Amino acid sequence: MSTYAIGIDLGTTNSAVSYFKLADATARGNAQTMLAIPQVTAVGTVSEKLLLPSFLYLPNAAEFPTGALALPWNREQSKFVVGEFARSHGSKVPMRLVASAKSWLCHSGVDRQAAILPWQAPEDGQRISPLDAAAYYLVHLRTAWDHRFPTDLLAQQDVVLTVPASFDAAARDLTLRAAEQAGLPNVTLIEEPQAAFYAWLEQMGEGFRKQVKPGDVVLVVDVGGGTADFCLIAVTAKDGDVGLTRVAVGDHILLGGDNMDLALAHTVNQRLAASGKKLDAWQFNALTHACRQAKEALYADASLAHYPLVIPGRGSSLLGGAIKAELTREELTRILTDGFFPRASITDLPQSSRRSGLAQMALPYAQDAGVTRHLAAFLTRQARAMSAAQDAPVNVTGQTFIHPTAVLFNGGAFKATPLKERVLEVINSWLAADGSQPVKELEGAELDLAVARGAAYYGWVRRGHGLRIRGGTARAYYVGIETAMPAIPGMEPPVKALCVAPFGMEEGTQADVPPQEFGLVVGEPTSFRFFASSVRREDQVGTMLEDVAGSDELEEVAPIETTLTAQAVQEGKLIPVNLQAMVTEIGTLELRCLEKGGPGQWKLELNVRMKE
Amino acid sequence: MEQPIQSKSSFWERLSTGLACFSRVLGSADFCRQVETLLKPAPARVTEPVPAKPKPVELPPERRHASGLALLALLQREGRLIDFLQEDMAAYSDADIGGAARVVHAGCRKILTDQLTLEPVLKEAEGSTIKIPAGFDAQRIRLTGNIAGQPPFAGTLRHHGWQVTSVHLPAVSETLDPGVLAPAEVEL
Repeated sequence: MSTYAIGIDLGTTNSAVSYFKLADATARGNAQTMLAIPQVTAVGTVSEKLLLPSFLYLPNAAEFPTGALALPWNREQSKFVVGEFARSHGSKVPMRLVASAKSWLCHSGVDRQAAILPWQAPEDGQRISPLDAAAYYLVHLRTAWDHRFPTDLLAQQDVVLTVPASFDAAARDLTLRAAEQAGLPNVTLIEEPQAAFYAWLEQMGEGFRKQVKPGDVVLVVDVGGGTADFCLIAVTAKDGDVGLTRVAVGDHILLGGDNMDLALAHTVNQRLAASGKKLDAWQFNALTHACRQAKEALYADASLAHYPLVIPGRGSSLLGGAIKAELTREELTRILTDGFFPRASITDLPQSSRRSGLAQMALPYAQDAGVTRHLAAFLTRQARAMSAAQDAPVNVTGQTFIHPTAVLFNGGAFKATPLKERVLEVINSWLAADGSQPVKELEGAELDLAVARGAAYYGWVRRGHGLRIRGGTARAYYVGIETAMPAIPGMEPPVKALCVAPFGMEEGTQADVPPQEFGLVVGEPTSFRFFASSVRREDQVGTMLEDVAGSDELEEVAPIETTLTAQAVQEGKLIPVNLQAMVTEIGTLELRCLEKGGPGQWKLELNVRMKE
Repeated sequence: MEQPIQSKSSFWERLSTGLACFSRVLGSADFCRQVETLLKPAPARVTEPVPAKPKPVELPPERRHASGLALLALLQREGRLIDFLQEDMAAYSDADIGGAARVVHAGCRKILTDQLTLEPVLKEAEGSTIKIPAGFDAQRIRLTGNIAGQPPFAGTLRHHGWQVTSVHLPAVSETLDPGVLAPAEVEL
């Protein structure tokens, strides 16, 4: 029996835990309780903080004295350390630091269960898999919780785990596996922008009805440390009350606040290099840190024209080795405000030339840093998709892009008010050109913590309280079918895509069974290519799309596979099967093979090991 | 024959106890509350006999003042405070010192705001005239100038004072030597 609903924001750069006491049975308003997370902050030092930096450091056996990495619940020397010390010390020893594990978890170009992190580790260095890293962060959070609430162990509570809205079925599956590996077998997933919206709802209480009305379209713009995520929530009239429907989510954009600080540091570094001052890695870190402070100061006080940057001497002489520079407002505006939030037109498309300063690791970072261009593409693409749909949840008649009526910001990047203002300015310029009213900003609170808080609140809402956001899956899913054609050397046979799960499947429902049959050989592994689309809203189960390769509406997900097991007599026998998709109560997609005219059922697993 | 119950502590013993109290007050909210009750004026003379306390185990100074040293280590780690204080200022220009002061200020201030809640002892604006009632807290308020007669007094608030109202200092492992304020760094 669960005492709390617990929201865990497993972020790219920071994680947080919020809890909702179910017995209180009322929205917490502004007092959305957070777990203070004990973590190693320096050798032999443990502090409690609301954020656990999602960094993991793999120390050398001789590196620290005994007891240096002990935690209140674990006096033994651990094999790794998670949190603030991992981040601060790891920045000086990058070959032992695991960072951005979450971005790797949704990177279909690598084997996510293979020990590949730290990416920069030397050949003989210690490595762990992205899945393990996510699991270790969750273990830390679970033990921190259990230490604080020993009679209400986390594994026995209602746990809601957040994922980016743009996470595909494979990345969601992996997140669940990480939770399972961390001793949390029963968790529910929620999309982060939705969680942010739930946090806002809880904060507003019944007052939210004054803020949004049926017909409103709320755009959630979530720019965290490592990712940018967009989501549209429509306010509808339903049985005399308001309803909320999540109508669309954006694609995965690896672009966040960390890129912004880094871009500033690279610019100043180039200036220093031109004047003959070369920084080592330690100094560059100090510069990034100084740039972050300068950014915050310049954004907070519009009257400052520049802000000094001091890179202290690395030795005991603070003054002797110090390097001084400054960040000017012109640079801040040019690189951050205009660089990351340009005054784009609604028809601008994200550019695909690689920018320097962003490619930090072999992750598929966004090639265009312009968040507003990504936003323009998202709104335009979704308007096209909805104009093609029969009963679109948002009326887009005569609109080339979806017109939001309100914006909710989330993520640490928007602590800078000028960046929020810029996004509003850009959206309003698009709306004004189309003769529409400007958007209004929904005032959220605590941009770093809202996702965890909203997730905890959602745990309570799921029990039938308050208003629930509907919408189902934000993608349609397809199985690839190779077309039979005579082999031509050097040419792949075209692949068709069969829709097995339509857009907007609600949790706890199963899709129809498409008529197409597949012959599966018992005892032999079978693998299907698997695709998703965030814009094809109209496809029904059984819809067949020609030539997947030529479509920009489909994205390939990890392949799905199974091995039909049966009695030995059937080994090698060909069995005709149909495919059926279902969305589980906890928000994951499952596929199974149904034996035609027989009782056999086999679950298909997403193979996240490697995409060819 | 009457034996004195307790011998009077010498000034140095009291100073040492006072410093130990200071560092423990910073390090432990519980201890701070205990001290606060001690500091309140006693309601009446305690008549019950004080039970004989077990003799405290003598700790070496760096252990006794471990939390004070830990705070110093924290200020060095985040704000390079020891580096700054140990540096010979004469060799540098004011501009250089100003630049370094920003590093020290930003880092040390972060410690103060994150680990402690600091508040003025008196909320009134400095320079304003305030009344000091009879029975004022002589630890919290220091009188200067013409002190004559009995309270209540009227005076000008020159410095509002500082007090810590909550302490969130990190827990420091007892297995480590508290005397190491910053380890030597060796790059491989």
